[in-house]
Amino acid sequence: MAQTIFDKLWQAHRIADAGDGADLIAIDRVMLHERTGGVALKSLAEAGRSVLAPERAFAIMDHIVSFRAGRGRDESRSPGGETFITETRAMAKAAGLHLIDTDDTRQGIVHVVAPELGLAMPGASIVCPDSHTCSLGALGALAWGIGSSEAEHALATGALRVMKPAQKRVWFNGRLGAGVTAKDAALHLISLHGAAGGSRAAIEFAGSAVDAMDIEARLTLCNLAVEFAAFTAVIAPDDKVFAYLRGRSYAPGNDLQARAEASWRNLYTDDDAVFDEEIEIDANAIAPTVSWGTSPEEAVAVTARVPSNARPAALSYMGLDAGAKLDELPIDGVFIGSCTNGRLSDLRAAGEVLRGRRIADGVRAICVPGSQSVQRAAEAEGLDEVFKEAGFEWGSPGCAMCFYAGGETFLPGSRIVSSTNRNFEGRQGPGVRTHLASPATVAASAVAGRIADARAFAAVDTVS
Amino acid sequence: MVEPFKIHEGVAAPMMLDNVDTDQIIPSREMKAVSRDGLSVGLFAGWRYVSAESRELHPDFVLNKVPFNGASILVVGENFGCGSSREHAVWALAEFGIRAVIAKSFGAIFRDNCVRNGVLPVALLSNDVEAIAARTASGVEVRIDLAGQVIDCGGDEYTFEIDAYAKRLLVGGLDPIGLTQSMSGEISEFLSRDREVRPWIYQG
Repeated sequence: MAQTIFDKLWQAHRIADAGDGADLIAIDRVMLHERTGGVALKSLAEAGRSVLAPERAFAIMDHIVSFRAGRGRDESRSPGGETFITETRAMAKAAGLHLIDTDDTRQGIVHVVAPELGLAMPGASIVCPDSHTCSLGALGALAWGIGSSEAEHALATGALRVMKPAQKRVWFNGRLGAGVTAKDAALHLISLHGAAGGSRAAIEFAGSAVDAMDIEARLTLCNLAVEFAAFTAVIAPDDKVFAYLRGRSYAPGNDLQARAEASWRNLYTDDDAVFDEEIEIDANAIAPTVSWGTSPEEAVAVTARVPSNARPAALSYMGLDAGAKLDELPIDGVFIGSCTNGRLSDLRAAGEVLRGRRIADGVRAICVPGSQSVQRAAEAEGLDEVFKEAGFEWGSPGCAMCFYAGGETFLPGSRIVSSTNRNFEGRQGPGVRTHLASPATVAASAVAGRIADARAFAAVDTVS
Repeated sequence: MVEPFKIHEGVAAPMMLDNVDTDQIIPSREMKAVSRDGLSVGLFAGWRYVSAESRELHPDFVLNKVPFNGASILVVGENFGCGSSREHAVWALAEFGIRAVIAKSFGAIFRDNCVRNGVLPVALLSNDVEAIAARTASGVEVRIDLAGQVIDCGGDEYTFEIDAYAKRLLVGGLDPIGLTQSMSGEISEFLSRDREVRPWIYQG
């Protein structure tokens, strides 16, 4: 019987029929962070339960660690947030988990760190009490976000009871134009089919534009599947994935590499496999895309206008009129970072726009690399100087300004262009108006002082 | 131990918005301790209070109006609970007294979190949700019989679908960790077999 890649991943982890239509699925890796993982460890300890396989569980500090350069070990970006760091640290140690602490050279956002360390790999099942765990499907992993109680379940038993989701395939056929990124492709998809469009399906991304993406772009695309209401996303692993993983800390060692890769080559969708739905998107027709409202589905081309039928509540929160031209909107701030667009290629794309330029007066601009590894790599090639000379603050790795958890943020009513994943009301602070965009669009907007099309910003020749 | 859900009757608050995300249900700034408790004060904080710094109730928000301030059921639009996986959203709802949410559709993680905490998620056709919302807006109470999978709203009956697994957990107030631990033999067998098939998963 013809199978999809998701069928193959499911079958490889299906321990048994759990009854009631659910399957018992083996969990290879449990990832935790201090915001929702600490409470799972606490409940587990209170129930007197131990962790079945602590050697395959990882606690990583990312959500509310301070992003101040030179931050202290327990320093949080939110008042009272230290307790999440210190309690999670103590409980992770007591439970015998791998701990990647605030001052660990491997620290960063869970979904940035997992591929970097080779924790995410084709055919691995990975859960984390974090909705953006779907990012890791970019490497051909079976990865999905869960709640804290289910994290406890996975830690205690090494397995979860799950109803197998429906499946959809989204094709991005053709090729993305110059200056058009995976972020734009995802926002475009969600704007066409709605933030509920994924309807708990497992979504395979396929097509020539996906094949052409590098690993980091694929991580961005899969990251946004949850904003499409998907159960998760997956992309068939190819030679790029295998090459990316070789030599990484938790990737198969030399003795097992060839065997693992041979196994991974079977992770593709059979020609006659059937999906519940297939969606085709013309990649050539995608423009740099920017959100205007308070749901990721409320997004249009950067050169377009706010739709005439826009939701009044969204217009009111965003301080916009229907018909307003996006690239004429003045802005107050920008943020580059997050599990969506906080990787080296994202910083390079923004750096290309910023090199030799200054941000506009009155704009507060912040860049926070997604991990310490990204930060080191960026600094090694001088990107930190490019950002700083342009007028950006350069922060320490973590989730940072992707979401507000109390503490310092942009002012109420300020208009922000952000490389993050959610433009929800209050997401970046009470009253803060978030426009989602690619790193290049964010950088161009910072320079222009208004939402701007990065394609109009040719690289500045800084040599001559 | 969560409270078993058999039959529940109560005031239902209509909140007919689509894509209400978990940041709205409980903003991250309201998650102040490593705990499942004390979260109801932060429920819908951005809409419920006049400002982020205040605890003064906003008079226009549905859960601040009589009789909906005593609601135990929410009637909502499409994709309710999308966004962040934070289970705190359900813990806040449950602590406020919400036992069921009737929606056009749910965010997947939020829906599972409801089931894990004794809160019944009911998905109905759009027109039916609209009809129930219209009746409840005038104060008609709602009765939900989970065993019979039927909702009674002022004499109008709506049958609903729910998967057998969620129904079993909710009706029994069951802890699925206990259910899974009863299958530890199968899990051990899988692991010893899988260590041979995929040894690289178990390295390091």
